[in-house]
Amino acid sequence: MKLVSAVVKPFKIDELKDALKEAGVRGMTVSEVDGFGRQAGHTEVYRGAEYTVDFVPKRKVEVLCTDEDASRIASVIAEAARTGEIGDGKLWILDVAGVMRLRTGERDDDAI
Amino acid sequence: MNAGDTGWVLVSTALVLFMTPGLALFYGGMVRGKHVLGMLMQNYFAMGILAVLWAGVVFSLAFGNSGDGGWIGNLDFAFMRDVGIDKSPEAFFEFLTIPWVLFCAFQMTFAIITPALITGATADRLKFSAYAVFISVWLVLVYSPVAHWVFAGGWLAEMGALDFAGGAVVHINAGAAALALVLVLGKRIGYPGTPMPPHNLPMTMIGTGILWFGWAGFNAGSALAANGVAAVAIMNTFLAASAAMLGWLVVEKIREGKATTLGAASGAVAGLVAITPCAGFVGGMAPIYIGGFAGIVCCLALSLKKLGKFDDSLDVVAVHLVGGLVGSILLGFFADASINSAVAHEGVFLGGGAELLKDQIVASVVTLAYSFVVTIVIAKIIDATIGLRVSEADEEEGLDLSQHAETAYAS
Repeated sequence: MKLVSAVVKPFKIDELKDALKEAGVRGMTVSEVDGFGRQAGHTEVYRGAEYTVDFVPKRKVEVLCTDEDASRIASVIAEAARTGEIGDGKLWILDVAGVMRLRTGERDDDAI
Repeated sequence: MNAGDTGWVLVSTALVLFMTPGLALFYGGMVRGKHVLGMLMQNYFAMGILAVLWAGVVFSLAFGNSGDGGWIGNLDFAFMRDVGIDKSPEAFFEFLTIPWVLFCAFQMTFAIITPALITGATADRLKFSAYAVFISVWLVLVYSPVAHWVFAGGWLAEMGALDFAGGAVVHINAGAAALALVLVLGKRIGYPGTPMPPHNLPMTMIGTGILWFGWAGFNAGSALAANGVAAVAIMNTFLAASAAMLGWLVVEKIREGKATTLGAASGAVAGLVAITPCAGFVGGMAPIYIGGFAGIVCCLALSLKKLGKFDDSLDVVAVHLVGGLVGSILLGFFADASINSAVAHEGVFLGGGAELLKDQIVASVVTLAYSFVVTIVIAKIIDATIGLRVSEADEEEGLDLSQHAETAYAS
């Protein structure tokens, strides 16, 4: 099994969810995260005092899938989240040692 | 007694009281989330303790023996003695057509908000018990004499200085005290290195709206009658706020490239401060000039705290001290006897010469110096006895939890 993780622009999250559903994905986890990559932070000014905010708000998407689905799901995410501008985010795939569906106790591929 | 006058001052009293919760929100939005209840509490608490002190002795110290040209009142009205539904027993207030108890209530709302203004400077680190003692002592030792000098026919009024609704009594007074208090109190932990951006600007904007609204009572209510002077005062108040917002935003746009919501709010408040001493003494385009000038100058005055290396956290000095000075001194240029017959010497621009300007400068400097010096003494004594500041750990944890055992927001 694989875990496909991606950090994407927050406004892309609905489009991304729809694309994954269409591709047959039956579950995903989304969380609010802050960070930085190539895209720098931004500057805020309050009464003339400038503050640099280093961390940019993003959404992190995680999808568990079988080995053979991983590459296809990665492509779906990449396509849905891409704007071509700096700050589109990043995607990575990890090997997963085991998965269990808590309700039934099903394991690994059966639990996805 | 006049029903119209009484009605308007009743409404104005409620309007001015509402400014203190407005101020609480204005300041509360600007602090960090872990200190917001501390800030709200300090402002609301001013409504609690200062009203009781006012009824006890402070009204009498401010307004007893009015018209004596002196330094402080007496105890004739202490504990609400002779403060009733009839006209003022003071010959100096013969002209009032409202109940003396209503005058007492109206002035009480000023006495509440003036010390509360100081909380913006001391944000995030002043111990609650020290705050309670400070504003109580300050009301007696600083507010009551200065109010007597200016509002009750004391020596500054007799000299010829004018202050329609409290440019000196409220704003220079509170601003100078704020400066003195932060010099004794010291900086917030991490200032100026650590970013301390406002945690909730929408809260600040709501507070600004309430202040703006309430200021109609503050200034137009200070006519103490429902008359033409009140009408001029309300127009002047709103025009000055608007012009000052524009002035502040122009400076921001040129300096930082963006006009900010906090700048719009701060500019409006600076204009309201500056028009306060002038509200019922000027007319025509004067409020726009006064407000516009105040907006520009107060925005530029933000750099004073960098130059002076003091941590006036929410810029009480730049907005209230500088704004109060701008308004009080500009009155020496714009005072217009055709608006208000109480203007004995017209301003420089109306051909009245420099007489009033001189009196305005003296009144401003004296108020500033008196408030600054006495505040330093009060602050030093409190610091040496019960301590002004919370502990370092309490400051890091936040005033909400450390001072009040509460948190504002579920986490």
